Parts: sequence; C-alpha cells; structure tokens
Amino acid sequence: MDIIVCVKHVPETAEADVAIAEDGKSIKTTELVYDINEWDDYAAEEAVLLRDKLGGSVTAITVGSEEADSTLRKCLARGADRAIRLTDEAFEGSDSYVTAKILSKVIKNLPFDLILTGAQASDDGCAQVGVVLAELLGIPHATMVKKLEPKDGIVKVNQELEGGLEEIMELKLPAMLAIQTGINEPRYISIMGIRKAMKKELKVLGLKDIGLTEEEVGESGSWIIVEKMFVPSVEKEAEILTGGVDEIATKITETLKTRGLI
Amino acid sequence: MDFNLTEEQRAIKKAAREFSEKELTPELAVEFDQREEFPFELYKKAAKLGFTSMRFPEKYGGQGYGVLEDCLVTEEMCRVDPGLGVAVMLGTLMFPDGLLMFGTEEQKQRYIPPLCTGEKICAAAFSEPAHGSDITRMDTTAKKHGAEWILSGNKEFITNAPVADFFCVLCQTDTEVSPSHKGESLFAVEKGTPGLEVTKLQGKMGIKPCVTGSLALSDAAIPEANLIGELNKGFYYALDLFNGTRIAVAAEAVGMAQGAFERALRYSKERKQFGSPIIQFQGVSFKLAEMAIKIETARLITYKAAWLYDQGKMDPMTTAMAKAYASKVAMDVTDQAIQIHGGYGYLAEYHVERFHRCAKITEIYEGTTEIQKLTISRYLLKRILA
Repeated sequence: MDIIVCVKHVPETAEADVAIAEDGKSIKTTELVYDINEWDDYAAEEAVLLRDKLGGSVTAITVGSEEADSTLRKCLARGADRAIRLTDEAFEGSDSYVTAKILSKVIKNLPFDLILTGAQASDDGCAQVGVVLAELLGIPHATMVKKLEPKDGIVKVNQELEGGLEEIMELKLPAMLAIQTGINEPRYISIMGIRKAMKKELKVLGLKDIGLTEEEVGESGSWIIVEKMFVPSVEKEAEILTGGVDEIATKITETLKTRGLI
Repeated sequence: MDFNLTEEQRAIKKAAREFSEKELTPELAVEFDQREEFPFELYKKAAKLGFTSMRFPEKYGGQGYGVLEDCLVTEEMCRVDPGLGVAVMLGTLMFPDGLLMFGTEEQKQRYIPPLCTGEKICAAAFSEPAHGSDITRMDTTAKKHGAEWILSGNKEFITNAPVADFFCVLCQTDTEVSPSHKGESLFAVEKGTPGLEVTKLQGKMGIKPCVTGSLALSDAAIPEANLIGELNKGFYYALDLFNGTRIAVAAEAVGMAQGAFERALRYSKERKQFGSPIIQFQGVSFKLAEMAIKIETARLITYKAAWLYDQGKMDPMTTAMAKAYASKVAMDVTDQAIQIHGGYGYLAEYHVERFHRCAKITEIYEGTTEIQKLTISRYLLKRILA
C-alpha cells in the first residue's frame, strides 16, 4: 500500500506568549519553536504502521520553507521512506485551497492508495487542506478518523462525531483520510531512526516543477484573504452562586441545561 | 566558524527532549529520589532508542556519534530531571570507552553490545577509601597466578556498583616501581566473580537514582585475558578516560542549570507580589539575566570541549575549564532558582531543591573542581615556560 502523508511545520503555541505581528495579520514567530503539527504526527505514525503491516511505501509531503525539513526528517525518522518539500517564494500567503492545489499537482503524479493528513493544524485550525485536496483529486474522503482498516480496495473507517458518537463507513481506495489524535500512540523518535532519516531522500520542488503559474498560488490564487488578526478582549462577566450545596448544584444544572450544554 | 548545531544534531536534541519530557516525569523523579534505586525500566527504554550508546560505533550496536551528540542527550535528560538523567546516561559509563581505546576485539565484542541494548550496566572502579582524587597509587592489587589475575583490595564511591554487570578495575600490578603510577593496570571484572562483594552506599545528597557503592575484592580470580590494554599502563588510560567523562559531567551540569532556570523563569512570570509578576522586579529579572549568561557560557565551553574531543584534538585544559565552570554554574543557578521560588523553592514539591542537591556532585565526581584547577594551572605554567 503506497501512502502519502501531508504534514505541516507549525509553531508550538501551547505554552508560548503569542503576540500579533506588526502587519496585524499574523502572529510574531521570532521567539517561537516549530515542530510537526500534532495531528500530522498521528497521521505519519498511522501511515508507518500501515506500511509495516501491508508493505508499500510512505511519502511525507509538506508545503513550507527550508525550516520545515526538521518536520520532514522527523517523519523519515519515524519510518517514512521519502519526503518532498514544496518551497517557493510565490507560495507565501497561500490559503488552504491553494495549499491543497499545490499538493494535488505533485500527488497526482505519484502512485498512491491512501492520503493521510492531520484532522487540522494547531496554528490556523482550518481543517480544510485534506478535504479540498481530495476534491481536487476526485477521490473520496473522511475526516476526524479514529480508526482505519484497508482491505480489498476499500478502507473501513471510524469517524468521530459530536457528543462521543462514532460513524463507521467504507470508502473506495484511493481515498483521503484526515486523522484525529489518539488513533495510535506515536512512537518516540529513536537515534537509529534519525541516523537512517539523514540518509533518506528529501526532494525539494518549486513552482516551476509543479506546473502552476505565480497568479495561481500565494495570495493572488487564494480565495481567503486574512484581513486582521487580534486577541479577543476578555469579558468580565461572572455570576457568583450562593446558598447551600444542593441549591448551588441545582442552579448549575439549570444554567447548563438552558445553555444546551447537558 | 559556525556556532550552529547541524540538522542531525538538532534532531537528536529534540528526540532526547521529547523522550525526557514524557518519561522523566516529576512523579518518577521524586519517587526514585526517595527510594534511592536505579531506574532499570527507564534505562532500558532509553537504551532501546539509542540514547545511552551515542558515542559507541555502530559495529558494536552503538549509534556512531561523538561526545558532542552524547552531551546533547545528557543535557536534555538532566534538564528534565538531574537524578534520573544522570542514572540513565551513566549506565554505560567509561568501561566501553576504555575497551574501545585500549581493549582487544574479543573484549569489545563481548562487553559493548549488551551495554548498548541496555541489558547490562557497567561501572568504573578507580577510587579507593584512601585514594579519591589521587589515583597515582592503588591499594588494590592484582597478582599473576598461572593463567589468572588475583585481585585484592577495596574500591569506594563507585557509580553503579550495586547494579553493574561489568566493572573496569584499576589495580596496582607492580608494587615495587617508582613512581607508583607506572605500576597500575586496568582489568575487566564481571559480576558474580567469586571474591567480589558489592555494598550499596545510602544517604547521598543528590543524584539518588544513580546508585553508588563499594567493592571488596578478596582473592578474586579473573582470566588473564581480562587485562585491558597493556600491563602497567592503567594510570595513563584512566587519565585519558577522565578527559571524556569530564565533558559529560559538564553537560550534566549545563542541563541541570537549564532545567532549574526554566522552572524559575516560569515561576517568576506566574508569581505575583505587590500586584505584579515578580519578574517585573529588577531584583528578580537581573538574577534571571545573570543565570542566562552563565548557562550560555557554560554550554559554549562544554560544546567546545566536546567538539575538540571529537575532532581528535582533545584538550585537557579546555575540558577541565568546562567541567570546573559548568559545575560552578550549576551550583549558582540552582541556588538562585530556589531563591526566586522563595519558601516554595525549599519544598520538594517545587523540584528546584532537588536540582540543587544534584548539582553539587558535578563539582565533586570525575575529578573535583580543585583537581580541574590543578590541571588548568599546570597547563598555564607549561605555556608560560614555553
């Protein structure tokens, strides 16, 4: 089974002090540390697990700058066979649609049975690239995938729904699956893995290699333009509940019920 | 000149960081600090991922990197927890290095692979009750008897002694020669050798998961083939070995300082006094600035010592400077980290007191700070005379 896993190099923002950049449309990245998007790490692990079970190959792809090599090397150290980095100045400012378009141009010329992406990226949280990519390639897709089992030209997947529900469906291969965290337990990167990763192929392709024009990528090709980014103001509205334990518990239950939370 | 780590070195550092942050949990750290026991499971896990065999050749199951890469891993582990970090990284202490430099092919094949996989642990038995820093004379003797060496004497303060499977033991093989250090030799001794008895030392100040003990050898017979390298060269071998391990201790110290510093920095942003986070007060922020300066300089000299070593240009003076300076920095920084935490810093729950207790050893083992200064001053004198 030939698997392509699309990954993104993202800033780690969980414990960092995030600030808006001068342009008012992005965040300051100078002090931030980058790593593979958490969801993509699960997707890469799942790809390697499947390859180990069924044979075939795993190719990791990213759209990003040279710094993204560390994320690709991580995939290679995890067990991916080869990696492709798509880099061009013209790609800057691309939205999810353009990113998917860039990926589709490369992927359509590669042999594949399955494309895996993370369910979303931790930086912009768009959760769109995988789905758009599937549409552009004309293949079926599923999102929020918690379990998958390919067999005889189809893949059976468990898709996470709201409120703890799960849906089981079958997709014809080739297909695109957006992977949810928790589907596996990503292994630790070993030193042996790093040693091997440094010897594996990491191909770099630009605008000219993929057959798109400058107008078709970057901001000019995008359908979504970011106008402004800001930190929402903190609301200071709190209701202090008083009374006995039973009374307070009843009030909490009522509030939650009226808000539709339980 | 390039101060950047390579892509590969950055990947190693990151892998070590991810492993340490997930596995060397504060709960585990406190538990093993209290139990004073070696963390076997953690050691094996780290070994399986290659972290404990960084500097050994691939041929023997190692990772084929150098002292610098070994330092990167050590630093990351000690940053998360000094006790567990040191315990894990010292499981393969010195013995394989000695074999690689001076041993026979048979010795390398026999001992190094099981150390790389984490099945076995080793120890280096140099110090004696009457000889700590001074290894110019050994009271432990080895006498040739037929095809065997008969070892007798006591070794003290031996890292890993209670859990080690293999020991390299420094003995006096020529008791007549003067100066006496020209009559010392190094031997490989295996656990279970009749006449070898090991006792565990309890009540250390820090690095408690890295267990220490003493050896009593009473007519312990080992095969002739267990002599490492040439007869009566042991003293010189020991000095060569210390030049490698001292860099590793400097890396431990840098990691400990970094870990305590990060805890203090985080705390200073959260803790409010007089209406502001305490980092807003110059008394605290300047402390942090000074800690950052010290750590960065200690790290640079440590990397330089490691780099020189890997280039085959090992410089005992740089190594001694790295060890003496980084260990001092570790003591200062962990002390200030407690100070920034105030009363909370004095509690085990806030972890920095453990970092401070652990940091002290870096000024003592593998040659005290005074011994490092002795080395430095001797080289300075030589340079002046030359």
